[in-house]
Amino acid sequence: MMRETEHSHKTFHRKKTVTVFFLCMLLFTGLIGRLVYLMVFQSAYYMEKARELHERERSIKAARGRILDANGEILADNRTVCTISVIHNQIEDAEQVIAVLAKELDLSEDYVRKRVEKYSAIEKIKSNVDKSVGDTIRSYELAGVKVDEDYKRYYPYDSLASKVLGFTGGDNQGIIGLEVIYEEYLQGEAGMILTVTDAKGVEVPEAGEERIEPVNGKDLYISLDINIQSYATQLAMQTLETKQAQSVSIIVMNPQNGEIKAMVNVPEFDLNHPYTLPEELEEADLDADKRQELLNAMWRNGCINDTYEPGSTFKTVTAAAALEEGVVTVNDNFNCPGYVMVEDRRIRCHKIAGHGAENFVQATMNSCNPVFVTVGLRLGVDNYYKYFQQFGLLDKTGIDLPGEAGTIMHKKENIGLVELATISFGQSFQITPIQLAVTVSSFINGGKRVTPHFGIRVADSDGSDSQSFTYSVRENVISAETSETMKYLLEQVVENGGGKNAYIEGYRIGGKTATSQTLPRGSGKYIASFIGFAPADDPEILALCIINHPQGTYYGGQIAAPVVKQLFENILPYLEKMDYNNRST
Amino acid sequence: MAERGLSRKKNNIANYMDYTLLFIVIFLLGFGLVMVYSTSSYSANLQFDGDAAWYFRKQLWATALGIVVMMVVANIPYHFWEQFAVLGYIVSVVLILLIIPFGTESHGAKRWLNIAGISVQPAEIAKLGMILFLASMICTMGNRIRQKKGFFTVLIVPVPIAIMLWRITSNLSSAIIVMGIAVLMLFVSCPDYKRFVILGVVTLAAAALIVLVIVKMAESGAGDGESVGGFRGARILAWLDPEAYAVGKGFQTLQGLYAIGSGGILGKGLGNSKQKLGFIPEAQNDMIFSIICEELGLFGAIAIILMFIMLIWRFMIIANNAPDLFGALLVVGVLGHIAIQVILNIAVVTNTIPNTGISLPFISYGGTSVLFLLIEIGLVLSVAKGIRLKDL
Repeated sequence: MMRETEHSHKTFHRKKTVTVFFLCMLLFTGLIGRLVYLMVFQSAYYMEKARELHERERSIKAARGRILDANGEILADNRTVCTISVIHNQIEDAEQVIAVLAKELDLSEDYVRKRVEKYSAIEKIKSNVDKSVGDTIRSYELAGVKVDEDYKRYYPYDSLASKVLGFTGGDNQGIIGLEVIYEEYLQGEAGMILTVTDAKGVEVPEAGEERIEPVNGKDLYISLDINIQSYATQLAMQTLETKQAQSVSIIVMNPQNGEIKAMVNVPEFDLNHPYTLPEELEEADLDADKRQELLNAMWRNGCINDTYEPGSTFKTVTAAAALEEGVVTVNDNFNCPGYVMVEDRRIRCHKIAGHGAENFVQATMNSCNPVFVTVGLRLGVDNYYKYFQQFGLLDKTGIDLPGEAGTIMHKKENIGLVELATISFGQSFQITPIQLAVTVSSFINGGKRVTPHFGIRVADSDGSDSQSFTYSVRENVISAETSETMKYLLEQVVENGGGKNAYIEGYRIGGKTATSQTLPRGSGKYIASFIGFAPADDPEILALCIINHPQGTYYGGQIAAPVVKQLFENILPYLEKMDYNNRST
Repeated sequence: MAERGLSRKKNNIANYMDYTLLFIVIFLLGFGLVMVYSTSSYSANLQFDGDAAWYFRKQLWATALGIVVMMVVANIPYHFWEQFAVLGYIVSVVLILLIIPFGTESHGAKRWLNIAGISVQPAEIAKLGMILFLASMICTMGNRIRQKKGFFTVLIVPVPIAIMLWRITSNLSSAIIVMGIAVLMLFVSCPDYKRFVILGVVTLAAAALIVLVIVKMAESGAGDGESVGGFRGARILAWLDPEAYAVGKGFQTLQGLYAIGSGGILGKGLGNSKQKLGFIPEAQNDMIFSIICEELGLFGAIAIILMFIMLIWRFMIIANNAPDLFGALLVVGVLGHIAIQVILNIAVVTNTIPNTGISLPFISYGGTSVLFLLIEIGLVLSVAKGIRLKDL
């Protein structure tokens, strides 16, 4: 009887117990599903989070490659600076840490607090801190504060060749100049120390330390010569001041191979403080945009980033094209009445009375506009444009600096006779100074279009593993014969013509002057320039001096030619001694 | 006929031992010890001057003691305990009340009593006491349980204990387990379904409502959870978005998730957890399952869950073949206790439900817990001994 009741109880008891079991199974299945979601689908996310938490990653900066000049003089170097970081779990007195770091690093307390209170393995507070500040912070012996040393770019010559060398940013990456172009060589590869830490930030010895050694950047050897650059800078500064000019640029290059010996754009800026504007601007209250605009203007390399109307120096192009095409010979006779009529326009010569009867050599010496217009018209639009293209004037020079500007030229179909006439004496279009220097080089080096460049080679800091750069050269831009004629013509300009202010006793100098009025016409602003080379029969060095907006006398022959003369007077003996270009070996 | 049946029964009582259950339990204990060592050795080494095995040793002694007690209990006919049912209830109440003046505090909650140098958690005793008391009471009630009065009596009996556990020891999870055990035992002993479905739906709705209210309060500008729902309000907010509370209430949960997630499918290998290096505070306690996941991966985690499923399956078999209702209810109570605790623990660790301190049976560090769990297993084994093979 008793059994019976118990048995009947048992049937539903059993059913219910089984129900409970399956209910549990259901819940367990749900939890397994949750685990699968977390451990398979979310795994990568949590793995990354956990790794961030466990691994203290300290990067070891690679020393950036140095930049050295033609003499092996260091132009860009590295200096030890510190990176300040905090390790959350090792901090004992957070308030003190915040106070000290905010004070020593000149940061706001809020900024430091946010980083100190963040729960992470390591948090960077500030990098590129002076070593002295780093040492001061270290002397507080604060638990949880790490002072790591690394490198900062340092330029021993401050502002010298600032627009060429360029500078680097907070992460040691190039911002402008050669620092940008040769970034891949200079940069190197950062190393890393990976340590596994426990929650207190103590390194776990069993987990070991993974160390990836940094690969230092390669040293860059450039063709720039610190002596020539310094002297050219001095001359440019002097000219800038005496002529009250807006800016003065000087390019010194080897016309034979395109190596640039100096590139000056005064005013330069201090590479060690690239974000400091000149004093008078610093004092003005500037908004961020305006400030950035001024900085960009300050960093601009006028020789390659800006274009200008070359003026009379461009008559070399007209002469070379006309000689090459055979539409003129040196003995052709012309007559300059002081103007020339092109269609209905009367184009004046700079000598209002006219040069009278003159042959082509004399016309070049006189820089006579009517003669060059005549010669240009003889060439015709098609031929002129053909040579323009053949000389490489429509392409960029390919110099190893960032931001080279292209030529601003009429479209061929828009060139009428008037335009052709103005182009013939270097107006109504714009090219960069480096373009002019390279083009003239090809006229005097036997017809080779060289690629202007600074970079010669890269090598490890001990000089090993040297890797030289090669640059393209386009031969036969003009014939050797035309080139000889051009050298002769341009030597005559300096010996007896408008470039006589560049004449140096005992040296054979060739050159061409230019004076152009800047747009808009009638503004009274001029660009005076002179391009010269020596020795005239076998040029080793070419220099272009451009003076923007000089006050007072503005003729290239009077203010730019003497600059090149002084430059040559000093560097020619030096170059002979240096014997860089001793091509007899 | 009766004679023969009796003699067979006698023989079986003497010899039958549920080795399957015993094996599962011993496996879980052994695995638990390994994991306790794995999770605690690093912090023990730092905490106790190089004594990496400090926690492990304590757990080993508790386990050894537990096994001895289990074998003793297994060999005592379970009806022997029926006479102590009321006493057990009273002792539970008294011990919990004793916490008020004499309890030792740890982690901001008073949960332990020091008895003769051994710290004991009255909550563990209360769970066992509740199983015994309810099993006895339901048997005495007989058919009266089918009536409303009987039904609600069983439901109300555990409430004082649960409330005391919650308010005095701030141990909500133990309170939930005590209530859960009672509901499960009632469910099995009562043929009705409807009432339980209603009960379940009402509980879930209430929980959802609480969560909703807390979230709304937090959104309406009260800011941090502390000010709205206090201690538990913050936990619920941290449950919904642990990363937003990474430094506060969500810390443990988030660290646990890092451990689980970074384990992947195959795990980092036994002993290779990183999160146990202090990132998860006291990884050998409630969060031990997250380290199992990290070291042994999804496969290890599922294997452990399967072991628990087998354990519960074994309980079901024994309950369904128990010689009488009292025995069956004892086993159902133990089943409920272990199942609820395992499910809640894994749910907490995986952030499926809000964080509440709850340990993983047989595996988490904790002497009282493992001792009383083994007493419960002893009871189940004792019930299993009463099974007549005919019934199997």
